Amino acid sequence: VGLSVIAVVDSVPGVISEEHVMPNAAESPLATYLSHLKRGELGYQFSPSLGHAVFYPRVIAPKTGAADLEWRVSKGLGTVHATTVVHPQQGGPYNVCLVDVDEGFRMMSRIEDIAPTAVKIGMRVRFRVHAPEGDEDPYPVFTAAEGAV
Amino acid sequence: MSGVTRGGVAIVGAAESDLGAVAALMSPIDLMAQGIRRALDDAGLTLADVDGLFCATTQARTSAMSLVEYLGLPNAYTDSTIVGGSSFEVHVAHAHAALEAGLCSVAVIAYGSTQRTVGRRAASAREFNPYETPYRPFLPATAYAMAASRHMHEYGTTREQMAAVAVAAREWALLNPAAWEKKPLTIADVLNARPISDPFTVRDICLVTDGGGAIVLVKADRARHLKHTPVYVLGTGQSITHASITSMPVLTHTGAIESGAQAYRAAGVKASEVNVVALYDAFTINTILFLEDLGFCPKGEGGRFVEGGRITPKGSLAVNTNGGGLSYCHPGMYGLFLLIEAVRQLRGQCGARQVGGAALAVVHGNGGVLSAQATTILGGPATV
Repeated sequence: VGLSVIAVVDSVPGVISEEHVMPNAAESPLATYLSHLKRGELGYQFSPSLGHAVFYPRVIAPKTGAADLEWRVSKGLGTVHATTVVHPQQGGPYNVCLVDVDEGFRMMSRIEDIAPTAVKIGMRVRFRVHAPEGDEDPYPVFTAAEGAV
Repeated sequence: MSGVTRGGVAIVGAAESDLGAVAALMSPIDLMAQGIRRALDDAGLTLADVDGLFCATTQARTSAMSLVEYLGLPNAYTDSTIVGGSSFEVHVAHAHAALEAGLCSVAVIAYGSTQRTVGRRAASAREFNPYETPYRPFLPATAYAMAASRHMHEYGTTREQMAAVAVAAREWALLNPAAWEKKPLTIADVLNARPISDPFTVRDICLVTDGGGAIVLVKADRARHLKHTPVYVLGTGQSITHASITSMPVLTHTGAIESGAQAYRAAGVKASEVNVVALYDAFTINTILFLEDLGFCPKGEGGRFVEGGRITPKGSLAVNTNGGGLSYCHPGMYGLFLLIEAVRQLRGQCGARQVGGAALAVVHGNGGVLSAQATTILGGPATV
């Protein structure tokens, strides 16, 4: 009565056996995405367990939770899903839109080389990398892709 | 949600803090405290009775901690869940469960914001999102604008129909002495105002004001012995479909479809029985989307539904009777004010804007960029 029971274990307390130590990830999903962009590619992930593309890039697939995300490179064609023209208090108006990329994922972007008001829902568009300035990371933009189906 | 009793708790106190442009150097917690004091007075309770604190503000990272310290209530049960403007409808659901589980006996839900005084950027700093920030979306307006672009594209919703939402809100606001806006508004005024993010002009977008407030909840048996007619919580629902607009599953179909279905099921009522409607109108498209998603008209018909003054004080459906976020008050997370107005309508305290025979209210909060939807169904004594 009154004695504590102390569990005795073989291993040294505080030390986890080596097979249970998970190595840190070598690269974050965002870093992989940016290195694709630096090569001029639009990288995205595909999850076999989910059965479709995943965007933005993650460490596990949504819904299934599987760590089965494979990196793929888009062909770079898409369709404008939604669009707006932002009117800032300083500077000219500019486009912001959502693009449905053909491989089955949606991303925010803008359509360049045409007036922001000329961007329409349903317009076919083609990816290109926005050239970074200074320390800025590259990011994907799109241009009108006349005739692309 | 199951496990709670329909009508098991009631709102027994409700009050705004100072609104509009508050005194210099007032803090968000000052406004919470002011609202709590007024709401407790309204309920006939005192601070010493309070043992549950639910709160949210964008201006204090640990707002429950700040509020506990300010009020001197170290043993209070706390919950500072924050999902944007619908946080307070979520708090009602959490308070309902906490009261019934005996975790607290007098629950206060509070909000405070000084965003007009300190500026929107200081009050609610945007997090950097590497997949969105480079495109300079003017958030949250740009996100709602893109949802509006889809609604116009798919259903033929017009600029004039969206403007009719702003005009109706203004007509209600002119009946509310506490409303920020004091002058009439026309459809032409909305269309010709300064463009912000197409299709929206500044008149399609909620106000930028200071403000706060509080509501008080207790279990139904106690509520019946307090000052006012209890306003019972009949049902709640919640659905968070995304955080950023890029991940919204369908831009014309909000989580209100699911949160509303949950709340209607719990309350055992349907939209056709509701006579007070409080919808989070951060943008004119919101009112149209939520009227559809909560069953007041079919999907895609929201624009046509609001034509002809249907949701004005002279119309057939009383929507946003305080003047809404568009014309009454919008300190950044507006959801608490929906609850305060619904309580007043169900008590019959609304004077010139009182809805005749108000008995059943749908309160619908919206957070983020159409992200966090939370529905609360409230009713007077005849509904329990």
